[in-house]
Amino acid sequence: MRYYLLIPLLPLAGFLINILFGRRLLRDKAHWVSVPLVGLSMVFSLITIGQVISGNVINEDLYTWVVSGDFRVSVGFLIDQLTAVMLFVVTVVSFLVHVYSIGYMHGDPGFYRFFAYLNLFTFSMLMLVMSNNFLQLYFGWEAVGLCSYLLIGYWYEKRSASDAGKKAFIVNRFGDFGFGLGVILIFLTFGTLHYIPVFENASAISGKTIHLLGYEFDLITVIALLLFCGAIGKSAQIPLHVWLPDAMEGPTPVSALIHAATMVTAGVFMVARCSPIFNLSETAMTVVAITGAVTAFFAATIGLVQKDIKRIIAYSTISQLGYMFLACGVGAYSAGIFHLYTHAFFKALLFLGAGSVMHAMAGELDIWKMGGLKKKMKITYLTMLLASLSIAGIPGFAGFFSKDKILYQAYLQGELGRFLWFIGTITVLLTAFYSFRIIAVAFHGRFRGTKEQEHHLHESPPVMTIPLIILAIGAVVAGWVGIPPLIGEAIGLKGSPWFYEFLSPVFGKDQLHHKSAHSVTVELMVMGLSILMALTGIALAFYLYKEKEEGGEVRVRASALLNNRILKRIHTLLWNKYYIDEFYGFIIVRPTNWLARRVVEATVDIGIIEAIVNGVPAFIGRTSERLRRLQTGLVSHYGLYMAGAIFFIIAFIMLLR
Amino acid sequence: MGYPVLSTVIFLPVIGALILLFISRRQEVAIKGISLLFTTATFLLSLPLFFNFDKSYKGMQFEEVFEWIPAWNIRYHLGVDGISVLFVLLSALIGPLCVLISWDSIKEKVKEFYIALLLIEAAMIGVFSSLDFFLFYVFWEAMLIPMYLIIGVWGGPRRIYSAIKFFLYTLVGSVLMLVGIIVLYFNGGNTFDIPTLMTKEFPYKLQLILFWAFFAAFAVKVPMWPLHTWLPDAHTEAPTAGSVILAGILIKMGAYGFLRFSIPLFPDATKAMAPVMLALSVIAIIYGAVICLVQSDLKRLIAYSSVSHMGFVTLGIFALNQQGLEGAILQMVNHGIVTGALFLLVGIIYERSHSREISHYGGLATVLPVYAGFFMVFTLAAIGLPGLNGFIGEFLIILGGFKASKLAGALAATGIIIGAAYMLWLYQRVFFQEPNPNIRDYKDMNLREIITLLPLVVLVFWIGVYPNTFLSFMHESVKDLLVKLQ
Repeated sequence: MRYYLLIPLLPLAGFLINILFGRRLLRDKAHWVSVPLVGLSMVFSLITIGQVISGNVINEDLYTWVVSGDFRVSVGFLIDQLTAVMLFVVTVVSFLVHVYSIGYMHGDPGFYRFFAYLNLFTFSMLMLVMSNNFLQLYFGWEAVGLCSYLLIGYWYEKRSASDAGKKAFIVNRFGDFGFGLGVILIFLTFGTLHYIPVFENASAISGKTIHLLGYEFDLITVIALLLFCGAIGKSAQIPLHVWLPDAMEGPTPVSALIHAATMVTAGVFMVARCSPIFNLSETAMTVVAITGAVTAFFAATIGLVQKDIKRIIAYSTISQLGYMFLACGVGAYSAGIFHLYTHAFFKALLFLGAGSVMHAMAGELDIWKMGGLKKKMKITYLTMLLASLSIAGIPGFAGFFSKDKILYQAYLQGELGRFLWFIGTITVLLTAFYSFRIIAVAFHGRFRGTKEQEHHLHESPPVMTIPLIILAIGAVVAGWVGIPPLIGEAIGLKGSPWFYEFLSPVFGKDQLHHKSAHSVTVELMVMGLSILMALTGIALAFYLYKEKEEGGEVRVRASALLNNRILKRIHTLLWNKYYIDEFYGFIIVRPTNWLARRVVEATVDIGIIEAIVNGVPAFIGRTSERLRRLQTGLVSHYGLYMAGAIFFIIAFIMLLR
Repeated sequence: MGYPVLSTVIFLPVIGALILLFISRRQEVAIKGISLLFTTATFLLSLPLFFNFDKSYKGMQFEEVFEWIPAWNIRYHLGVDGISVLFVLLSALIGPLCVLISWDSIKEKVKEFYIALLLIEAAMIGVFSSLDFFLFYVFWEAMLIPMYLIIGVWGGPRRIYSAIKFFLYTLVGSVLMLVGIIVLYFNGGNTFDIPTLMTKEFPYKLQLILFWAFFAAFAVKVPMWPLHTWLPDAHTEAPTAGSVILAGILIKMGAYGFLRFSIPLFPDATKAMAPVMLALSVIAIIYGAVICLVQSDLKRLIAYSSVSHMGFVTLGIFALNQQGLEGAILQMVNHGIVTGALFLLVGIIYERSHSREISHYGGLATVLPVYAGFFMVFTLAAIGLPGLNGFIGEFLIILGGFKASKLAGALAATGIIIGAAYMLWLYQRVFFQEPNPNIRDYKDMNLREIITLLPLVVLVFWIGVYPNTFLSFMHESVKDLLVKLQ
């Protein structure tokens, strides 16, 4: 029985039913179809995960997809421990977001369309994580990109929404350009695109080189870096991160599901899946680690000053994804996946909480127009608070265990590792700060919105708050499957953490269990420092954003900081996101337009090719027009031509002799 | 099947055209009905080619041979193999769709229009199934005249200029090919028979000259850069059915020519010239895509995108390996389906608006949701979304191209980035944002229009999800082609 096929097929059925019959028949009852189908899909995935836990790894081909010569690839499924983790994250979060959307999207004219797209996304994401080969991975990869495009631009009447959708798709295509070439290169190197044979033979090609444009490169490094291009796009890492903040134009449940918990983590999943390839290239690993750490830091700095609640969380997502890549780059794949898994809970929760606030405030996004919400929205406040504690890395919460593991593993990786650990630890402070800035500004203090907003302020209906509560439980307890032995032994847990044990068939045994006194000291130091940073960040946020009366005016201490010229400049730089969008406009968008309009169309197409094409007949026409005049009809003229011609012919023959 | 399939599908439309001659021009419904009947019958009768084709056989099937002009050794020789059979089928499928889409939009000289349409269909199928050079040339040129009329009589405002340009461009190319055919006749043992000529080996110098002579005809038709400038004019000015035939079938004839003639007849010259062809293909891909970014006319944009897509096709062909060639053949079919469908869709909205300007539209998704859905499917197919047909072809081509030249493969892949940019921008400007006041009272697609598009939607998904149905037709014939290149 291949009932695991139902996991992706049920959401696909939901999509088809809604897209074909939703507009006329189902309309505002679209969720009657979508939600149960995704729920069932979740049930089947939980059963399948149970089987994987009991040791049954599935790897089978369904049918041959494409055959051409020696190229052959199937539609097939690999469900191992890594896929199981992803299945859990995708189906659970997807189901919760579907439920939440019933309330959030209620009354929207495109209700059926929303659920159709959400179903299609779930299907695509499941195909992505369940694939057993690179081409099907690529299918899922592009298909989730499509759903992202459709859902970002869901309110397509808004120019900014359709712009953002288009931007997401095109920026991702830049990354996929490399990813696609990487897939092709894998085929040309290994003669197959199926994971298992590729990974088994990967070590055999280590050391081989490839000629590109007259230079020689290490083959496995080229493959790894090309694949990583795709991850940079999909997981919004620097320099292709620019699409994700704009993607917040989409409805908030979409931000929670696609742009926080699942799709954007596909890059991390892919790098982890390809760990046998990445492990062979030190260069590629270094690039991954540095990209991750740098992104974690820079995205966090931008998040410090934004006013839009969703954009702050979006930059936070980019930053947290950076941590995951940092983990992969230092070889701590299971720590990266662990963070992916805990992040899914607290970040989906942050977005859904933001959505709950927007729902109560008629779509308001500016945190400075909120304030004091904790009185009217107790559940939203409490769940958001738990999520923030989790992301900040307070001990006991999910985010603490995963982030701590990443930082500890980075620290152990030599000098570069220690440098990256340093960046990561600083970023912990930034993370705690921007997270609690939202809490302090939006939920504490007094209300700063309009009278009308204040009048309507209410807690969201249970269909929205129950998913929040479930996710909040996850944000607290999800980390307990990966408690480090250092703490575990103190509270009476035996052996190494379950999560890492579970993933060990995929990534190998966790080798970091040397029990020397030194390592315990180091681990304690890393942990302590990270906790200290988190607490400092939280304290700083509450200190700087606590409201106080000053001459009849309510102010926060943070606004006084802007009187300092240097801080003001930094603020402007961060507020403008380092001007990266402007930079791309300057070096890519405008030159391309200029090239297309002035060079290709005006000069080459019209100026040269068309000029020749139209010029030749025109020349023939003009020449014949002149020659025509020779035909005067007068016999004496023709006699003259004949005499002249005979003269020239005789002269020519004589000369030739 | 007990009937000569190829002759039937070639001459059934001709019979239809002859019957139309005897129908009063006032009986428009009868004229359209008969055209639909004959084109549909042609399609149905072509289906044995799909179901009874022996995929394990590399040579010609469904062959028919009769003496025609014995003095010159000219024969009526038809047959299809894995390279041509899909194009015969595609041509037969496009026929009824063209009748359906013209149903309301052609209002003048209705009778003449459908006669021209039926004759084109016959000639198209003839081109793809001829195995005698003389016969081939007759069909090749026969296609030109009704096409010229369709553009010149039923076309847009600049139809006369475009029709003449189309005619002269293609004629200049064809004449060089005619010279080449005659040279082949005398050097190949006084025969026009294509399978016989394929067994001969020609000296390298002769191959080279003939390669370029045939190149002239094929490169104009494809069209390859820089011989492409007839295409935007012709596609843009032609009536919808004309654009569909041009994009769907006619420009495939050039690429088909390379596959059917240039490679097997001049293998050494093909190999020697492949780098030049690869370079021209890559230029076409990028050039065509870049120029799409600044088009303001719907049809012109789609026309230029054909230049880019056909660049992929020639890239695949001159990669000269199995993936490249099969990808190219599949992509020719894909392009016929997708670009054909896009022109059909533009025709549908043109009937309501009589405007091709992109800025005339905006917000169609709100007013015409069904139409927007259809357009989305073909937009995604055009930008090579996996799961839809375009992806399989493009992937195999880039794979093959990368095998032949890493640089060419990589540069071609940039075309996919630009492709997404211009198609999504087009979609945004036409369908998204607040509805433009111009379009507020447009009606969504009617049943006839939906039926016209539906077969193409099915094919888009079929080829995307299970391409082997179609790829399996090609395997043996393409392998055989590669043997000739050894």
